[in-house]
Amino acid sequence: MNLNKERMSARTVSLLKKGEKGIIKSFTDRAMSLKLLEMGCLPGCEVRLDAIAPFGDPICINVGGNYSLSLRLNEAAVIELE
Amino acid sequence: MKQGNIKVALVGNPNAGKSTLFNALTGMRQKTGNFPGVTVEKKSGTFRIADANGHDDAHVTLVDLPGTYSIYPKSKDETVVMDILANPQHPDFPDVVVIVADASNLQRNLLLFTEINDLGIPTVLALNMLDVAESMNLTVNAVQLAMQLNVPVVRINARTGEGMKGLKEAVKQVVGRTEKPALRYFYEPKENEIGLINEVKEIHHLDNDYVALQYVCQHDNFSFLEQPVRAKLDALIEKYGFDENNFLANETIARYEKIKPIVSKAVKSEGATEQPYWTRKLDSILLHRVWGYVTFALVLLVVFQAIFAWASYPMDMIDAGTAAAIEWVKGALPAGVLNDLITDGIMAGIGGIIIFIPQIAILFALVAILEESGYMARVMVIMDKLMRRFGLNGRSVVPLISGVACAVPAIMTTRSISSRYERLLTIMVTPLMSCSARLPIFTILIALVVPETKVLGIFNMQGIALFGLYLLGLLGALGSAWFLSLFIPRREPSYFMLEMPSYKLPRWGHVGFTMYESVKSFVLEAGKVIMAISIILWVLASYGPGDSMNVAEQQVVASMTTAPQEEIDAAVASARLESSYAGQFGRFIEPAIRPLGYDWKIGIALLASFAAREVFVGTMATIYSISGDTEDVLTVKQRLIQEKNPETGGQMFTPAVCYSLLMFYVFAMMCMSTIAVVYRETHGWKWPMIQLAYLMVLAYGSAFLVYQVLS
Ligand SMILES: Nc1nc2c(ncn2[C@@H]2O[C@H](COP(=O)(O)OP(=O)(O)OP(=O)(O)O)[C@@H](O)[C@H]2O)c(=O)[nH]1
Ligand SMILES: [Mg+2]
Repeated sequence: MNLNKERMSARTVSLLKKGEKGIIKSFTDRAMSLKLLEMGCLPGCEVRLDAIAPFGDPICINVGGNYSLSLRLNEAAVIELE
Repeated sequence: MKQGNIKVALVGNPNAGKSTLFNALTGMRQKTGNFPGVTVEKKSGTFRIADANGHDDAHVTLVDLPGTYSIYPKSKDETVVMDILANPQHPDFPDVVVIVADASNLQRNLLLFTEINDLGIPTVLALNMLDVAESMNLTVNAVQLAMQLNVPVVRINARTGEGMKGLKEAVKQVVGRTEKPALRYFYEPKENEIGLINEVKEIHHLDNDYVALQYVCQHDNFSFLEQPVRAKLDALIEKYGFDENNFLANETIARYEKIKPIVSKAVKSEGATEQPYWTRKLDSILLHRVWGYVTFALVLLVVFQAIFAWASYPMDMIDAGTAAAIEWVKGALPAGVLNDLITDGIMAGIGGIIIFIPQIAILFALVAILEESGYMARVMVIMDKLMRRFGLNGRSVVPLISGVACAVPAIMTTRSISSRYERLLTIMVTPLMSCSARLPIFTILIALVVPETKVLGIFNMQGIALFGLYLLGLLGALGSAWFLSLFIPRREPSYFMLEMPSYKLPRWGHVGFTMYESVKSFVLEAGKVIMAISIILWVLASYGPGDSMNVAEQQVVASMTTAPQEEIDAAVASARLESSYAGQFGRFIEPAIRPLGYDWKIGIALLASFAAREVFVGTMATIYSISGDTEDVLTVKQRLIQEKNPETGGQMFTPAVCYSLLMFYVFAMMCMSTIAVVYRETHGWKWPMIQLAYLMVLAYGSAFLVYQVLS
């Protein structure tokens, strides 16, 4: 329960609006965080929500001005923002 | 210096341009495409390096590998990389690894570089996609990078072939080094890891810390380690309390800490970096909530319009050409059985195939354009949510779309789907996508029952009917995926996470070559089978057991004494065919296909098409030319129109029969190669047999339903 409350309050990539930016703070899922790290999503890196697919999922984010990454909402939800 | 044979491997992030570089160096035509996960297995080729005088200096065996973001594989295709790089005994173990890096995203691309470096394998860093970097206002200083990374760095453009000379020089230089420079690790093991590393190094006689760590983390993926060895490593992990996940995250972060300052020195950006202008503009439409689907639908419609309407002009020309050729040969050769076999059998059969060259060429070209432009990756995104409903993944779109060309390579591309469950489902349903071999059957049958009228002024009704059949195949695929997902337990989580490449203009030479290749293999492969089947069929249709054919003839003649000679001839030919081996075969299975509306003649073609679907049309040509009157030269379509149903006296190919046949071929799995590739990819007979069975049931059931409703 406690965990849930914390999640609710944290700002994550899945909550970004189109065009909105954020800075990656941490990840809430071990396995997923590893993939994200390898793909260049590092803590301290700036991300921007660029596009939302029809039906609202997946989304495309721009990572550090470098490249565009598409991920599902549940994957984006593990990326916490500052 | 090491002379003679040098082994080089291409390693890099997905879509960095490895296969393009491989093609540029070897002159081969390895498949490339502008989305991650095109190459799914290793491929080798060779090239030569010349010395200053132009003499051969070294012979290089080059291995192209699937792309990976790190040396820790996440899907089946990626396991190949470490299986080679961690095992110096592997026949493909390279003397030099060329790391192909996408210069427009250097920081991330260098992660893999530092890992390979730490494995102690000599490397050359090839900076590719510099033109993309430039359009993002990035300049990369290769000299700076080489100094900091302590490896040769070359600037290349794999697409245009620039920088190949420099790359070869660098490879030669690295191989020629008399002494190996001391290894500088980018990742230094933490104190609590050292004990474990030393023990593993001792047991396995390793001299590299990082390789030892790979034995610890990845031994389950290493095919070169025996089971007891793996168990022992597990015991060691237990003993030292090694936390793999923690280690991996820390390692990756530590590497980026090292990479960041290097990149910020070597890469200069003028102003804010952004994806190339056109990529942003196109994505704002193609990934749009509404326009995304609208444009996708339009793209598909254009594809079908092209396949049906545009291709019809060259097809008509080919049709007329073959008819003329057959006529000419018929006149030139002495009349007789051999003449009939060559003209009505083989030539008609082959004519029935080459007429589809324009369609096949257009289909393959359009798929190649989708893949090369980068649009395929966008389709994966907009389809992901839909695919998930059916137990599939957005990545399943690639096999499904390329399945429209041919199911065999399409099934192999499923290797880049990381979840085994989703991969299996994708394999199971990909054969439902109507492949190019079905196109001839569809085209002929549609031409018989759908009028050639225009709809809305531009769309051809027959094109729309074809679109409907493909749609039916797609719906069948999604429905079956959903159905199968009820029975197959899902064990691992599903990921999507896909890098969006920038849009690139397709290379027209490449598209042209893809067209040429597909046409060539279509004509040669189908041609061979048709030739063989035509001959076998001709023999089986011209001879019968014992005296049966003559008996049948006499019976007809006796019963038709008053009829005109022409009618008697036709009846005789038909009776003889019916009592031949082929006819008796058809008769044998007739009860089974009767409910679908087929007679024994169609039964023969159906059986023959088990060898390959392409054969269906050719077989029909052969059968109807034997039973029909042999004076006129007729195309397959004309023969089908003329064919009479002996019971009703009306047309044999009524709409009910045609639609029933269409249904059958939309669903039936009639392709030996597909069965073989499913067997290989799933390691056993279980899945291909299940697939064969359910597709047969589906095909039979829907054909039955359609015939019963329509007739
Ligand atoms: N603009 C540009 N495009 C390139 C360059 N090199 C390759 N490409 C394109 O990049 C795309 C990807 O190339 P591939 O060779 O298939 O990439 P890969 O590394 O083999 O990809 P995977 O097999 O998926 O790992 C293709 O569309 C190429 O035409 C380059 O230097 N500049
Ligand atoms: Mg490749």
